[in-house]
Amino acid sequence: MIKEKHVLSILVENQPGVLSRIAGLFSGRGYNVESISAAETNVPNETRITITTTADMPAIEQITKQLHKSINVIKVHDLTGTDFVQREMALVKIKASPEHRAEILRIVDIFRCKVVDVGLKHYTIEITGAQDKLSAILGLLKPIGIKEIARTGAIALSREPKNNH
Amino acid sequence: MKLTGAQIMMKALKDEGVDTIFGYPGGAVLDLYDELDKTDIHHILARHEQGAVHAADGYARASGKVGVCLVTSGPGATNAVTGIASANMDSIPLVVFTGQVPTHLIGNDAFQEVDIVGITRPCTKHNYLVTRLEDLSRVIKEAFYIARSGRPGPVLIDIPKDLGSQTIDYTPIKDIKLKSYNPTYDPNIKQLHKVVSLIKNAKKPVIFGGGGIILSNSSKSLTELARKMQIPVTASLMGLGAFPGSDPLWLGMLGMHGTYRANMSIGNCDLLLAVGVRFDDRVTGKTDVFAAQAKIVHIDIDPTSIHKNVPVAIPVVGDCKIALDHLNRLIDKEDLGNVAEKRKKWLDQIQQWKTSTPMTYNQKDVIKPQYVIDKLYELTKGKAIITTEVGQNQMWAAQYYHFDQPRHFITSGGLGCMGFGFPAAIGAQVACPDELVVDIAGDGSIQMNIQEMATAVQYGLPVKIVILNNGYLGMVRQWQELFYKKRYASTNMEHAPDFVKLAQAYGAVGLRASRPDEVESILKQGLFSKDTVIMDFIVEREENVYPMVPAGAPITKMLLV
Ligand SMILES: Cc1ncc(C[n+]2csc(CCOP(=O)(O)OP(=O)(O)O)c2C)c(N)n1
Ligand SMILES: [Mg+2]
Repeated sequence: MIKEKHVLSILVENQPGVLSRIAGLFSGRGYNVESISAAETNVPNETRITITTTADMPAIEQITKQLHKSINVIKVHDLTGTDFVQREMALVKIKASPEHRAEILRIVDIFRCKVVDVGLKHYTIEITGAQDKLSAILGLLKPIGIKEIARTGAIALSREPKNNH
Repeated sequence: MKLTGAQIMMKALKDEGVDTIFGYPGGAVLDLYDELDKTDIHHILARHEQGAVHAADGYARASGKVGVCLVTSGPGATNAVTGIASANMDSIPLVVFTGQVPTHLIGNDAFQEVDIVGITRPCTKHNYLVTRLEDLSRVIKEAFYIARSGRPGPVLIDIPKDLGSQTIDYTPIKDIKLKSYNPTYDPNIKQLHKVVSLIKNAKKPVIFGGGGIILSNSSKSLTELARKMQIPVTASLMGLGAFPGSDPLWLGMLGMHGTYRANMSIGNCDLLLAVGVRFDDRVTGKTDVFAAQAKIVHIDIDPTSIHKNVPVAIPVVGDCKIALDHLNRLIDKEDLGNVAEKRKKWLDQIQQWKTSTPMTYNQKDVIKPQYVIDKLYELTKGKAIITTEVGQNQMWAAQYYHFDQPRHFITSGGLGCMGFGFPAAIGAQVACPDELVVDIAGDGSIQMNIQEMATAVQYGLPVKIVILNNGYLGMVRQWQELFYKKRYASTNMEHAPDFVKLAQAYGAVGLRASRPDEVESILKQGLFSKDTVIMDFIVEREENVYPMVPAGAPITKMLLV
């Protein structure tokens, strides 16, 4: 069975322990979590958790059903295979020796990133985009010398229909 | 009206119709116990929190009601965990109250503090830490609702000590609404129509019932369907009693220690109606050849059970009883022709398997454990409530006692928890004071919760313990014999107490049979006594449970003797 990356969008009640419940379900049943992000939504007391995981179809079916069975889970949506938008943000601290500064700024410009902090020896840049964009930029920055990275993990929402039929 | 947390809890319990609690006190629950003592709720003081939870579990299984426990924080709570995990695996409705350190000390590594909500998250259906008194009555109401609805299970409520004595203006909770919890009871009718047509056309159908039949009180509906369509029935360990064990259509138990005819029927059937089961590995053996020639219909209230271990042709999510009643109604509208005639060939084949390879043993000069169960069955006319420990004793009980009614076989199926049977028998006896309750035990398991003898004697509970004493951790020894070249590593249990004297020390009756000709008279003496009784049967030490399917093998590949 082929394993594929899936983006799960999980709407939960904002109760204490709910994140641990969800994370525990993955670890306890041997599913892997590649990224997880959680924050409140516009609806009071509702939190959206976005999890990316790699699994085959029967496992994904189990995961979504198990998530749904968890008492505090309101909705589970496997976005993979549907039309959705996905973003991730990364903060990257990169070595900015004089000979590299121009190149860093060029990359920042091309990919529409932002320099958010300038230090004596390092720049910190903010990158936002789909995961493949992030990977592409990080690939370009790596030879220059990355000191630290913080990534948010993917967040995603389904796309709304563009016309009436 | 101003009430304390403890008073609110008692009110909530009364509202839920709770009349019995199993528990063990301690510092963190002093206020709760003080208030409990003022009510007419019956409290059974166990001798260990594990015993209290298993007793509540036995009570729930025998009565169909929610079992309730109350234990203290820290060690009280951790001692309860095994009982909770067992109930969780077997989908038994429990509400377990644990005391917690006062709210201002939570997280401080305070005396007798454990994060019991964290510890039990993976082994409860749901759990709560109540941090505000205004939440308490709602949480209790939700807990009972969650425990008993959908696929049942244990719910734990952790109550910090200070909440017990704090007061608040109390307003009773009438209704609760859980946005995120909504079990599906009504099955999809279209799916059921497909099932009917499969049943009509099947030549070699088998029904496989599980614990879900018992939990949903649907054994009458299942029996009706089986008899009407002349479909032979097998069951998992958890499903014993779902269909009458004395009915000619009964195949016996399925799986690792199932009967030859049950396992062969699964291997050869063309339609498998699986109802209220979860296809545990002890049942399926090698899954890719399980019921390989059959279309599988799977009816269960829990969507996660479906397609989990075995792919099925027709999934039906819903309450087993509602689904079976629907099926019966739909079938009644069909023109079925002569069902008995249509089924004759299949039933003949099954009969042939039964005669060629029956369940047997050879009673010679040492007592055979199977013989004890045989006699027990005979003397109790199959009407006793049987609980079991875990191991060979459990399997022989399942094989040789034939259950005609649901809620009469109480065993730790999923967790396979030694020490379960005796406290569960205490709970069952509390629930059914007029019935004969017998724990079929091993010499190893009984020592895991033997302290509950004091409980049984204190409350005058005439539970009977039948020890199949082989001086071994027999089931483990059997695996060592078959798969580890007979190296009996740490399974010899000859160093055991004298169970007769032990019974007497607790103020109970102790009896022993060492020869086959003593079995019947000891059983008669013990079973019909009004006291708590231990009957110690010295049995063949190295008797094995057969048939046996080695782990991971196809269930039709059985070791027979
Ligand atoms: C709490 C617990 N510990 C260990 C086991 C593993 N185990 C399964 S069966 C068994 C032997 C039980 O011995 P006994 O109660 O004498 O029963 P017998 O098999 O001899 O009938 C053991 C140790 C278990 N099931 N539960
Ligand atoms: Mg033994």
